[in-house]
Amino acid sequence: MTLEADLDINDNEQLRYIAAQAADARVNVELETEGMTLNIGPQHPATHGTLRIVAQLDGEQVIAAEPIMGYMHRGYEKLTEVRTYPQVTTLINRIDWVGSFANEVPFILAAEELMEVEAPPRAQWIRTALFEMGRIANIMLFLGDMAVQLGGVTAIFYAFRDREFVLNQIEAATGGRFHPNFNRIGGLKDDLPAGWVEETKSAMQSVRDFCDEMEDLVVGNEIFQARCRGVGVIPADVAMAYGLSGANLRGSGVDWDLRRDAESPLAWSELDWKVWTHPDGDSFSRYWVRLQETREATYMVEQLLDGLPSGPIMAKVPRIIKVPAGESYVQTENPLGSMGYYVVSKGELTPFRVKIRTASFSNISITPWLLEGVLVPDIATILASLYFILGDIDR
Amino acid sequence: MPDSVLQATRSVAADARERSERRAQSVSDTAVEEDEAVVETDAVREAIAKAFADHLGDGFIDQHITPGSDLWIRIDRSAWVDAARFAKDRLGMTWLDFVSAIDWLPSPFGRDMEAEQDWVVHGREDKEIDPQETGVAGGETRFQMLLRVYSTTEHMGVTIKADLPDGDATIETLIPVFAGANWHEREVWEMFGIHVAGHPDLRALYLPSGFEGNPLRKDYPLVARRVKPWPGIVDVEPMPGEDDDAEEGSE
Repeated sequence: MTLEADLDINDNEQLRYIAAQAADARVNVELETEGMTLNIGPQHPATHGTLRIVAQLDGEQVIAAEPIMGYMHRGYEKLTEVRTYPQVTTLINRIDWVGSFANEVPFILAAEELMEVEAPPRAQWIRTALFEMGRIANIMLFLGDMAVQLGGVTAIFYAFRDREFVLNQIEAATGGRFHPNFNRIGGLKDDLPAGWVEETKSAMQSVRDFCDEMEDLVVGNEIFQARCRGVGVIPADVAMAYGLSGANLRGSGVDWDLRRDAESPLAWSELDWKVWTHPDGDSFSRYWVRLQETREATYMVEQLLDGLPSGPIMAKVPRIIKVPAGESYVQTENPLGSMGYYVVSKGELTPFRVKIRTASFSNISITPWLLEGVLVPDIATILASLYFILGDIDR
Repeated sequence: MPDSVLQATRSVAADARERSERRAQSVSDTAVEEDEAVVETDAVREAIAKAFADHLGDGFIDQHITPGSDLWIRIDRSAWVDAARFAKDRLGMTWLDFVSAIDWLPSPFGRDMEAEQDWVVHGREDKEIDPQETGVAGGETRFQMLLRVYSTTEHMGVTIKADLPDGDATIETLIPVFAGANWHEREVWEMFGIHVAGHPDLRALYLPSGFEGNPLRKDYPLVARRVKPWPGIVDVEPMPGEDDDAEEGSE
């Protein structure tokens, strides 16, 4: 098939027409294609871990695709029932291991709500700052990785290079690069180290430079646009019925962000920032929204550091934490989407039941619907654009 | 390079400049709005609970409202799908948060599941099993289903609970209402052994084929815990700023 000379890569209709032509093309009409089952994973690089996809193919076209999970299932919901509340944060750090700090926050908030304890303002602001830095560290990986799925390897090196600045700051404050375990019921483990605020601001500048770089290198790239625009389109109503969240939902034009729309003791409502959406719902829009969010998060961190209140970082809490009987559900806008902990307490040392609502689980549950009818090379881009972390699916 | 994308992204820089000017004003505004919002949302939650009660009739059993925060309703399981559809179509709660379940059976293993060090600190308790208690909005049976839906425009969510009769842990599928309920229900089926009637594809989601038992049931022992007790309370480090003499105090 030859491309017309005046091919306009921004014309979605034209691109879809070409894709449809390619899908229907038979190499040889006399040789009928026959169905084939293709196994992708569980160790394929496009699966970010151990997601396995079994796809039924007709030629290059996917007829049905089914993700198979469980290779990473660690049974956290059961394990939380035999851990004290402070011990649980160690476990849940490992759910989304790229933005770990954010995993701890909703659980701690749910426990604090039941105990009717509120962390002091300084702790809430530092929490919010580290939460957003976790988001930056998480999404930067995506911004580089998405390009790799399309064959552009350069971006991932930039991502890892600049992500290091953020991880160093998280490590400096919490002691852990990946698993901070820094939240305590009633506050934080420690105050910030000296000089941290200034260093973090310069790290935020590096992140913004990285975002500009990605804007030119990836978003402005013709191949990227041709492979992502109009591919993997999720209409808003389907996204809602599958419980998609985060940038996957905002990429489908739904203007909803729990940081802005839910009441939270964290400091988001004190900041001036914007929720980014994109109406198209395709792979490109999901990338674009995440890119804007990363840049937005750097401004949020700077505002947080400028306005950091003084005071203690721990509220008065008993040494041995028993959470009063009750139920609470706290959900926050995590890097991967909305994450919630449904905590049921019977007034003991350990939770009675914790339902962990993770973003990736719902985000990836749309794949059987979404991958139907796409071309094999698009599987990798669509999966990458949904952006999941295996620990966040399997828990 | 499409101009629209460029323009939108370049405008970020312009936004940033405006930010600092707007910030001072917005902070003072939000303080006022919050006070009003608390009162208003409670009325809204009352209204939502009432709407469910009116629509479901006898199917509606109980409700619980945490003022300004959350809403639970408990319904008969025969109204399960009806309540979900009502929430989605009439109340605008179109976003599926999760479907899950709770096993209210008190753990028959008692303090066995805790480490010996915990016994030293808290004293060893008898293995007498507590009476079965249930949470907010009540409950009468061992298994309870949970459905949470949310309205992304009204920013309001509701947790719907339904008791499953003992000996007949079956619930109707929600897939026709929320397509995304598929995997959630598979998880409920394999983890709690609750049968989901009408589910087209009730297979294990996480567990390997041939796995026996339903791990999230309370009478399913956590073997690892019994073989090697978790180090327990000795690991807990002192809280920052805590006095040394407070070490002894438990509450």
